[in-house]
Amino acid sequence: MNFVPKMNRRSFVVGTAAVGSGLALGFDLPFGPKVVRAADGSPEVGVWVVIRPDETVVIRIARSEMGQGTLTGLAQMVAEELECDWSKVTTEYPTPGQSVARKRAWGDYSTGGSRGIRESHEYVRKGGATARMMLIQAAANEWKVPAAECSVINSTITHKGSGRTTTYGKVAEAAAKIEPPTDVKLKDPKDWKLIGKGVLRLDTADKVNGKQVYGADLKLPGMLNAAIKACPVFGGKLKSYDEAKVAGMKGVKKVVKVADNAVAVVADTWWHAKTALDALPIVWDEGPNGKIQQADIVAMLKEGLTAEQAFVGNKVGDAKAALAGAAKRIEATYAYPWQSHAPMEPLNATALYTADKCEVWCGTQNGEAALAATAEASGLPVGKCEVYKQLLGGGFGRRGRSDYVTQAVQIAKQMPGTPIKLLWSREEDMTQGTYHPTTMAKMTAGLDADGNLVALHARISGQSILSALFPARLQNGMDPATFQGFAPAGEAAIGYTVPNLLVDHAMRNPHVPPGFWRGVNINQNAIYLECFMDELAHETKQDPLAFRQKLMSKHPKHLAVLNAVADKIGWTTPPPKGVFRGIAQHMGYGSYVAAAAEISLDDKGALKIHRMVAATDPGHAVNPAQIERQVSGSFVYGLSALLYGEVTVKNGRIEQENFDTYNSMRISEMPKVESIVMGSGGFWGGVGEPTICVAAPAVLNAIFAATGKRYRTFPLSQHNIRTA
Amino acid sequence: MVKLTVNGISHDVDVEPDTPLLWVLREQVGLTGTKYGCGVAQCGACTVHVDGVATRSCSMQVSDAAGKQITTVEGLAVNGAMTKVQQAWIANDVPQCGYCQSGMIMAVTALLKEKAKPTDAEIDAAITNICRCGTFQQVRAAIHAAANA
Ligand code: FES
Ligand code: FES
Repeated sequence: MNFVPKMNRRSFVVGTAAVGSGLALGFDLPFGPKVVRAADGSPEVGVWVVIRPDETVVIRIARSEMGQGTLTGLAQMVAEELECDWSKVTTEYPTPGQSVARKRAWGDYSTGGSRGIRESHEYVRKGGATARMMLIQAAANEWKVPAAECSVINSTITHKGSGRTTTYGKVAEAAAKIEPPTDVKLKDPKDWKLIGKGVLRLDTADKVNGKQVYGADLKLPGMLNAAIKACPVFGGKLKSYDEAKVAGMKGVKKVVKVADNAVAVVADTWWHAKTALDALPIVWDEGPNGKIQQADIVAMLKEGLTAEQAFVGNKVGDAKAALAGAAKRIEATYAYPWQSHAPMEPLNATALYTADKCEVWCGTQNGEAALAATAEASGLPVGKCEVYKQLLGGGFGRRGRSDYVTQAVQIAKQMPGTPIKLLWSREEDMTQGTYHPTTMAKMTAGLDADGNLVALHARISGQSILSALFPARLQNGMDPATFQGFAPAGEAAIGYTVPNLLVDHAMRNPHVPPGFWRGVNINQNAIYLECFMDELAHETKQDPLAFRQKLMSKHPKHLAVLNAVADKIGWTTPPPKGVFRGIAQHMGYGSYVAAAAEISLDDKGALKIHRMVAATDPGHAVNPAQIERQVSGSFVYGLSALLYGEVTVKNGRIEQENFDTYNSMRISEMPKVESIVMGSGGFWGGVGEPTICVAAPAVLNAIFAATGKRYRTFPLSQHNIRTA
Repeated sequence: MVKLTVNGISHDVDVEPDTPLLWVLREQVGLTGTKYGCGVAQCGACTVHVDGVATRSCSMQVSDAAGKQITTVEGLAVNGAMTKVQQAWIANDVPQCGYCQSGMIMAVTALLKEKAKPTDAEIDAAITNICRCGTFQQVRAAIHAAANA
């Protein structure tokens, strides 16, 4: 989920540490060519592929699978070039420790910003092509013929002249000894057979029978369980606790202080740990933040809407002068609240610490960052640490942080030799988050006498994620991620040509920590821009689609997705009686997205979202079936936020603690989603996040069409709108 | 000591009688297919069958389950043969992260026992599990597929 601007992506610099003790790889020594072997002894053919004698093809996946399907898409790309039998493909994660030992042979591990495929497509395809060339060369050597006379299909290599055949499993040993070629050509996209195909996911079977082990399910011999509470006021500290009150409780082994702000109970079972933790008298030093109320936050952001100073993210012409001289001026203020990630699997990590080794098992969106956190918290060098990545029960950006890994190691360090599984309660998850940032926007437009948009000023006020998490990535103090979807160019560019445009940001950072939340800043920016565009169209009595189209002729890809949803929803034909439509478009993560909604809303506020049409142009669409699932799935996440999602502060702490107060959409509220995957080729955009952002403005614009009411603060539940 | 019958096997578990069934299944019986998502009967990740009725095990005391037939997701397949629901889940590529799906499958299995061919409205009324990945569109398709299999 992490939106990261193009420059300076690395936050964790990997040293050339000694081979870690967790390394499951062996090297054939001491003479002859070096063959690297997987843990089961099968040879590596290049770093991305291991081939077993039974023809199984193991494809290495560095990015994390958290439900978004990246594992399947990445495997498709390797397999496309490898020309292997897809039915024999399986995957494995090389550990972050192996990555350090092998000088980042698998590239970046971080899984956020919808980057899994769009930023590794080239080197993973090259990995597949490299292995294919080595395997063919091995067969050619055996037959003593030129490799150019051999071809491969479905893992079977054939020599044209003689008709001889062999298979990948048979030549893998010999191939592993061949020096990898340096001149590797990739297929022309028109020759792709597997990329672009909606194949089933590779990781489903164990998810329907209870066999899939998530971090929360992990069992290790002698393992104890920990439950934790950190100071509910961000920035506060742990003052004291009365261990004697719980020391005798069943199963309790130890009560430990964790850093300077948390306390954990370690017990034989998690239920015992949690029960004792709930009974433990704890005194917090809340510090000055304990007095902060939601109204203070609102006031802080409101002040920024008219502040003199602001960072300029996009400027064309002179918007202020043009506004002053415009025939008609329209103004509206919007606000977007904090959101909690609430991945279905609460955060957890298991750590085993000894004086010369520290191992961690966890679901993480960033294995390298988890390894760095392990090293730091254990005080051991990176080469003596290892992280074993587990499947994530959801991430949405939250598991890009390693705070829970740090805590698990801090606890384990106080009980050397005993594996400790730290599991957060849902209450801890919701109150110790890194929340979708809160912002407001004052939108001001100037129109000429004919209703043409001549000036637009979007003043954003509010929180910056980068200033909290990666201050080194600020550009002279400015957070470029704030302008996602408003940018002049690049992966999140605005789709309208406005002769006088100003988009600026008054950074206002409350004490609540922000984080990357699926879609990040396009969630609110799409609402601000697309609902306001709708306001302008209605104010000037123009059709919302036609009004947009006029401003989009220089943005053909934005326009294409917008037109696609308009066509499919039947924009030019009237909707069924009592049904109303709304439309929106945006860009994020290098992909163009649009949505149209059909809703009905009665006078008691009962809302039914009947149908949504979504269009996504990610350039190359690697697996359209999985992209459709990302689109409809992300709509659940985005519409849950629109309908219910709001995190608020009282006495410096978060008020919402569980799904009863931070609600999530159910199947009865799910619209039918018709997804158009319209990859136009020639570029690589993300798919996990971009489309989420157009769901809310499309629905809001439809609500306006139905009621004439414009809602500008969220969630909708605060306006007494409920799903029917 | 509480006597529990889980997937046809009886267990004597040494726990406090007010321990939630969910945690006894996960920590004493050792079946981790049943998930913890909220602990307050909101999300349905912990759904099991108690005497055939879909039940949120985080909010049932283990003592109330004593002597009853408990089925977890691990107990659905008989001799390794997947149920229609499990097969439909695979054919429709339903799970994303998969964490909610044990509970989802248990809730759907109970629904289909009661109503062999549920309408969309009956699905809406019966299936109230949370899925943060948002697999509802595929869940609905897979329910109809299982009903018609
Ligand atoms: S864990 Fe039982 S309903 Fe959520
Ligand atoms: S599949 Fe991830 S929560 Fe449902």
